[in-house]
Amino acid sequence: MKKYILAVLVDNKPGVLTHVSGLISRRAFNIESISAGYTEEPSVTRINIVVSVENENELDQVVNQLSKLIDVIKIVNLSKAPSIERELVMIKVKASKENRADLVNVVNIFRANIVDVTSENVVIEMTGNQGKIDALCEVLSDYEIVEIARTGAIALSRGPIPVKKM
Amino acid sequence: MKMNGAQAVLECLRKEGVDLIFGYPGGVVLKLYDEIYKENFPHILTGHEQGAVHAADGYARATGKVGVVIATSGPGAANLITGIATANMDSIPIVCITGQVANPAIGKDSFQEVDVCGITTPITKHNYLVKNVKELPRVIKEAFFIARTGRPGPVSIDVAADVFNTEFDFNYPEEIKLRGYSGKYIGDSSEIDEVISAIEKSEKPIIFYGGGVTLSDTSEELRKIAQKLGCPITSTIMGLGCIDANEKNYLHFAGMHGSYGANMAIQESDLIIAIGMRFSDRVTGRVADFAPNAKIVHFEIDPAEFNKNVRVDYKVLGDLRWSLPIFREKLNSIQKDFAAKYKNWTQSVLEKAATHPFSYQNEGDQIKPGALIIKINELSDENTIAVTDVGQHQMWAAQFFKTHQPRNFLTSGGLGTMGYGLPAAMGAKLGCPDKKVILFTGDGSIMMNIQELATIADHDIDLKVIIVHNFILGMVGQWQRLFYNHHYSQSELKGKRDFVKIAEAMGVKGYRLEKSEQLETDLPKILSEKGCAVIDVIIPEEENVLPMVPGGKRLDQMLLGTN
Repeated sequence: MKKYILAVLVDNKPGVLTHVSGLISRRAFNIESISAGYTEEPSVTRINIVVSVENENELDQVVNQLSKLIDVIKIVNLSKAPSIERELVMIKVKASKENRADLVNVVNIFRANIVDVTSENVVIEMTGNQGKIDALCEVLSDYEIVEIARTGAIALSRGPIPVKKM
Repeated sequence: MKMNGAQAVLECLRKEGVDLIFGYPGGVVLKLYDEIYKENFPHILTGHEQGAVHAADGYARATGKVGVVIATSGPGAANLITGIATANMDSIPIVCITGQVANPAIGKDSFQEVDVCGITTPITKHNYLVKNVKELPRVIKEAFFIARTGRPGPVSIDVAADVFNTEFDFNYPEEIKLRGYSGKYIGDSSEIDEVISAIEKSEKPIIFYGGGVTLSDTSEELRKIAQKLGCPITSTIMGLGCIDANEKNYLHFAGMHGSYGANMAIQESDLIIAIGMRFSDRVTGRVADFAPNAKIVHFEIDPAEFNKNVRVDYKVLGDLRWSLPIFREKLNSIQKDFAAKYKNWTQSVLEKAATHPFSYQNEGDQIKPGALIIKINELSDENTIAVTDVGQHQMWAAQFFKTHQPRNFLTSGGLGTMGYGLPAAMGAKLGCPDKKVILFTGDGSIMMNIQELATIADHDIDLKVIIVHNFILGMVGQWQRLFYNHHYSQSELKGKRDFVKIAEAMGVKGYRLEKSEQLETDLPKILSEKGCAVIDVIIPEEENVLPMVPGGKRLDQMLLGTN
């Protein structure tokens, strides 16, 4: 299975997310993450989808089926263009007096931040690509992870040309 | 112009050229129905919302116009679902207007509330919830545009009840502004050049066309192309009629119950020229072994159809109204006698086809379905519309009823919806009052929307209902006979129903035919009478539809035999 990140520009109208997520599930496509947010144009929402597919044919199916939705304006496969990918994660870890210094070391090595501290736990925040976040989670699994919240990946193309003009 | 939402709906429908609505009133659409009453807008009240949506579908298939349905919220809307899914699978343009509970009541599990957008999302081309009356004209205009352009399909508009009552300044938009949908599909003509060179290299091409030709009204182009190439032609069931059934190179339809000639030719061909079809599992047989020796050309409006089921070697993306004329011109510009080149191939295919035509054998004085349908075909004119329900009778009708023009064979091909036939035939007749309409149905299917007989009687709709009556759910029984040791589990219909009496009770004439001689003595007279008639035709119970490609088998691994 190979992962691709798709930037999907859609009309900012009610029901759009249902149309997109409904299509993905009824066509039995595998998605790793989906996130949506406002853009520079108030009438446009950008949905970032990470799909995992067996082959290029399946990827074409995902793109072509999504393109059929009336409210989808544009889809660009950013994995095929020079692009920057980021994801935000927040991780709540149990931290005692004994191991807190250790944890701070890990956080510094990953250039993550501690955004909340109590006597029993810390909340670590980091942005990065999915690989880096997976690596942090892996290291932190030596400690007791209480919970994790991840946004799913988002991406932008490098250079001056925006997705809507690609 | 000041008007309320209900008036606006009817004004929009008039602007879209709608001359008939099918529907069923209810609580939240009372205001709309009051306006229909005041304006005397043409409306057919069906016996069930499912009847209304199938009728709109039949109307759309027969006329090429957009069918329109109105239903109330909750159960009314939910009853449309099967019909919307039927239209969606066969790409039929319909617009469904449903009432929703009033804005303040939405999301509160109010009386007769159901999330219409939620349940129609997977089965519509697009859908809307209108909560503000100002959006209504734009939404209705977009809905008709989306339904009828591109690859057509159903569009659902759910309207909050208070919207119908709200006054506003009505303005019908002149233009459609949809950033993600143009409705135009002009492709790249160099793709057609590649097809031409593939055809020039080919020794054994076959044209395999589908319902896209019907939907795009391009059968004349197809006929010219077929004539120029002189190669064998086959179709899906959805394409019946685009090529005249009497055309000498037409092998009839392919697939699970398709002709021996068509299925064998596909498997032997070295180039499948697929036009407006989608390689459904019913026409490919075991998909890995479909046309093993062939390159595949695919003329198609919907890019998602390329490589979906079958790998395509030469794709031509675009509306057939754009691509087929270019294809024809490019073919004509070549000084080459294709027909002569393919003569031997075509001849061998036709000879093979002739060894196993669709056929039936007479048994005593029983009426065989093949004999029945052929007789009705003889008694019909060239422009008769045949409508079917779903099951054995559907396949027999497809095999034995010769269709000469597009839009003259209406059937639920993709979804296979039992209960489709009667309301669809009603819609077809209302859309095409000058054509004769014959419905082929079964003793199973007819029961699924039999209430529409009353609608047909109420409106004096002139159509003939042929019930191919074998006291069993025939297709289920056939599979049980062939693959489940004759275990007729819940498929036998040996009750006491009397379709003649049902017909009479509903207000239409009823007849029963039991002996083969009645096809000569009684049938011509019954069919020539004016008005609706139900003709209950008793056929032998243990009839199979043959040929048959069993599930998971290759197209050339048909069970052969006579029906």
